[in-house]
Amino acid sequence: MQTTSPGRIDRAYVWMIAPAAILFTAMLTIPLLTGFFYTFTNYAGYGDWRFVGFANYLNLFRDDVVWGSYAFTLLYAVSATILINVIALSLALLLNSAIKAQTFFRGLFFLPNILPVLIVAYIFQYLFTNNLPAIGQALGWEWLSTSLLANENTAWMVIVFVGVWQAVAFSTIVYLAGLQTVPEEVYEAAAIDGASRWEQFRRMTFPLIMPFFTINMVLSFKNSLGVFDQVVALTNGGPGTATQSISFLIFRNGFQGGEYAYQTANGIIYFILVLVISFAQLRFLSSKDTNA
Amino acid sequence: MNRQRSSRGWALTALAAVLSLTILVPLYFAVVTALKTPAELAESGFGLPTTWRWDNFATAWTMTDFPSRLVTSAVITVGAVVLTLVTNSMVAYAIERNMHRRWVRLLFYYFIAAMFVPFPIIMLPVVRQTAILGIDNEAGLILLYTVYGLAFNLLLYTSFVRAIPLEIEESAAVDGASRWGIFWRIVFPLLGPMNATVGILTCLWAWNDFLLPLVILTDPGTQTLPLAQYVFQGQFNVNYPVAFASYLMAIAPLVLVYVFAQRWVISGVMRGSQR
Repeated sequence: MQTTSPGRIDRAYVWMIAPAAILFTAMLTIPLLTGFFYTFTNYAGYGDWRFVGFANYLNLFRDDVVWGSYAFTLLYAVSATILINVIALSLALLLNSAIKAQTFFRGLFFLPNILPVLIVAYIFQYLFTNNLPAIGQALGWEWLSTSLLANENTAWMVIVFVGVWQAVAFSTIVYLAGLQTVPEEVYEAAAIDGASRWEQFRRMTFPLIMPFFTINMVLSFKNSLGVFDQVVALTNGGPGTATQSISFLIFRNGFQGGEYAYQTANGIIYFILVLVISFAQLRFLSSKDTNA
Repeated sequence: MNRQRSSRGWALTALAAVLSLTILVPLYFAVVTALKTPAELAESGFGLPTTWRWDNFATAWTMTDFPSRLVTSAVITVGAVVLTLVTNSMVAYAIERNMHRRWVRLLFYYFIAAMFVPFPIIMLPVVRQTAILGIDNEAGLILLYTVYGLAFNLLLYTSFVRAIPLEIEESAAVDGASRWGIFWRIVFPLLGPMNATVGILTCLWAWNDFLLPLVILTDPGTQTLPLAQYVFQGQFNVNYPVAFASYLMAIAPLVLVYVFAQRWVISGVMRGSQR
């Protein structure tokens, strides 16, 4: 049998893989390596450069703006991930129940995923800057009578709100896909046992959709860590530097601040953070997976 | 029992309807705002416009040069989808059929590892490199979407390829079909459902993306639709209704497609998560 023989590989297979492998290396691996190389220099993105050893990395740890961006990004990612998954799972349960016009509602709740994040954030930016303060003033609510985006203690919440509004759509569909793999008999058996709905969910449904919970947690956390579009459209990093995410800081200071080498070093630290969190998350969730 | 069930069904439907307001109200607001004058917008809030200012759409159309923005977005999206479908499925097929070879397995993990490399990490070097190579344009973007989607798409495709019985390919080989012939005429069509999933996900990504066009496209004449909204913010700030008209035109093409292909899109996304 040709396809599984241990001998020489069919040349056609090599030609199928080679262009992609070369392109992948050129567009991803080489930038990663050259970027890593430049982190040991003082390169500004143009002109001359010289080696500076670990100076970029040491300076990163002493830079309050950088610490601030990590604090904001983690705060955003953790709150968004929790909210996305709680809301998406509840919504999926609702959409999977015996509601009328099921297809219509599924289509509607997935709609935010069809829209560009940037434009959605621009629409909400207007609402939060103009309409909500007007409502707050009319109702005499002090906290809402000025724009939440102009206050450095509340601006991050608006970014979380808009991020969640959008990301719930995708996670809901993933949970729905999971709920459809739960056989009808499971519910019948539970009903005979007289289990309450909550118990039914906790003991039967949730363990069965655990793999989908894992996918959603990992994906939504990873996507949330990269938050960029919402920041650009809602606050542009402000007020001050209160809502600069890591990606936003790398973009702004890397391109406009002449901090090519420094912000690439920031990227490497960010990379290590993503790796550590992803593996920790996968280990934690997959250990739950097998215990369930 | 039945009666109780159906009243429960109605109650849950009512709940779904109320919740759907969280999506419908912002969209309603976007539509009515796009049809007002700036003066009217300031005082009317969520209300309907007194006179419907369709001119706002015409203004936004010429201001952002909508037709050429649309073409740029469409070229990039179609290019990314086609190139992704052709190359990623081919790589997945060749890898999956040779997983018993150590170097192929290593290559597989090499590709998959890209899932842990968020774009901002390589953003600055990639931008420099595309500028040096002269692909800081639509073609470069198409290549980048194809490469950066590979890791996730490989996961989707390989499990699907594994499920295709080898016997089909063998009998074709006996009939004298080449490896390429087997892939194009037998395997690729059999991948149909997964091609749909990968196509939908790539289309949504490339069409709606902002960061990659922002940093890669250097020629001001080539902007994607989302990028144009960013570029025109300064001018939009003096006339919000025109800005909202522009937003609506930018989202309209894909929303229109979605209205008609909604079932297909959702089942495609579901298939991706059930692999």
